[in-house]
Amino acid sequence: MTDRDSGSNWPITAVPAAYLTPGGASFTEFLAKAEPQLLPGGRAYGADQMPHGTTIVALTCADGVVLAGDRRATMGNLIAQRDIEKVFAADSHSAIGIAGTAGLAIEMVRLFKLELEHYEKIEGVRLSLDGKANRLGAMIRGNLGAAMQGLAVVPLFAGFDIDRLPGADAGRIFSYDVTGGRYEEQDYYAIGSGSMFARSALKKRYERGATLPDAVRAAIEALYDAADDDSATGGPDLTRKIYPLVIAVTTTGARRLTDAEVGAVAEEVVAGRMVNPGG
Amino acid sequence: MTMPVYASPEQFMRDRSEYARKGIGRGRSVVVTTYQNGVLFVAENHSPTLHKVSEIYDRIGLAAVGRYNEFENLRTAGIRLADVRGYSYDRRDVTARWLANAYAQTLGSIFSEHQKPYEVELCVAEVARSVGEPVPAPGETRLGAPGQRDQLYRISFDGSIVEETRYIVMGGATEPVASSMEPLFVAGWGLDAALAAAVKSLGAGGEGAPRTLDSGQLEVAVLERTVPERTFRRLERATLDALLSPEATGAEQPGPDGPPGSEAVEQHPADPQPGATASTAEAPEQPEA
Repeated sequence: MTDRDSGSNWPITAVPAAYLTPGGASFTEFLAKAEPQLLPGGRAYGADQMPHGTTIVALTCADGVVLAGDRRATMGNLIAQRDIEKVFAADSHSAIGIAGTAGLAIEMVRLFKLELEHYEKIEGVRLSLDGKANRLGAMIRGNLGAAMQGLAVVPLFAGFDIDRLPGADAGRIFSYDVTGGRYEEQDYYAIGSGSMFARSALKKRYERGATLPDAVRAAIEALYDAADDDSATGGPDLTRKIYPLVIAVTTTGARRLTDAEVGAVAEEVVAGRMVNPGG
Repeated sequence: MTMPVYASPEQFMRDRSEYARKGIGRGRSVVVTTYQNGVLFVAENHSPTLHKVSEIYDRIGLAAVGRYNEFENLRTAGIRLADVRGYSYDRRDVTARWLANAYAQTLGSIFSEHQKPYEVELCVAEVARSVGEPVPAPGETRLGAPGQRDQLYRISFDGSIVEETRYIVMGGATEPVASSMEPLFVAGWGLDAALAAAVKSLGAGGEGAPRTLDSGQLEVAVLERTVPERTFRRLERATLDALLSPEATGAEQPGPDGPPGSEAVEQHPADPQPGATASTAEAPEQPEA
């Protein structure tokens, strides 16, 4: 019974002591303490040619917020993947889109989703939207070392703030820089290599209080404009039926639009461009 | 130098078991049962915030009785274990069998190595994606293939582990609850029938039995078979009241083969508005819906 006075008095069992030690509800912090080898970042990287994700757009509408991304990943001048998914539902009422080094970004999204779920399960309540946005900022800051080696991950985070009333700016958008700085954006925003073109397109097309279908249309138009001028952004691929990914976050939750729904809008957009290439 | 008083190992273990059993027996009971579309957890719990039933992972839930701080510690450990495993492998690689084993080993070594055993009893439940074979009838030991049947594991304070296929009663005075549950159980019953039976059985135990429990004294959750990802869902008071009222039609119907016992069960559902008087001194104040 001499082991009772030390911190290692937990029996050696299937559940290691770290798991039984009282602590906070953050999954990332728990991993750093108990299983640091599983955390992204803090590892050595050698290769300089890695797949990169490109344009993500977000805009608010009357029902909430829409987040959309193209499907192309590039590796230098090559197209690494035509149907990559860069937009994800983070939890029931938020969504995240990523630009930057695809491998790191996807791992970061996986960890972020788990961070939100873990908090919800341990605490029994969901994080506030600002809480989620701040956690994401901290995770990007953790990747700063890799970002300095050219492996930056920059997400765009959008969510429906259930603490606000619908119609009262409940749909919110947050952008980040590589140091984890968090900036709330009004109305619309875009990130990635084609973001300049997408943002310009949204500047002309954005309408405050637009309906959800109108906002989806504006997002796909903006992605088309980005693809039009940025070689790293892919446009709607009608031959292969690869369309942008769109997630709508409304009072009922985050919903990924089906390929059929997005496809119908994308075909309309392309048909419009047949007549007027500039939109 | 003083010599410690000699106690035989048998006596030593018996004392610990008795201590733990007494602690668990002081609380209120929990019933976990399988039903047509998943797994149902029903706990008598007068606190709306301090939960006895919790989500662990996509298809895994946990019910616990005994000392709150001890099972809360185990609950947190379970969520961490499951999340780390799902993160490092895949979400499908997190199973109730594995988690139940981890709990059993931990409780077993705490029981034999620590001064004070944990006064807890746990039920780890996993809902199958589809039920390939019917749930075994009472007394039948045949089991479906893993992954094709709901799994209920009961883990005791000493680390002993038992798998059940029908229902589990833990905590408080289990015997009256279990003997009320036994004749009511029908394999593949609907949610309303299962809930009514569990509530009636919980009312059969405790002080002043038989009692009629209302929705404010219950913590109810389900693991829903057909949900693709996170299957755990708490049933709020309004939903409970609707399911417990005699004219409950609900979305959840009993199986197409019509469990024969369900009509009899529905004759005695808990009255939705009995007030605190019916439930004796156990419930001095009720949380508002």
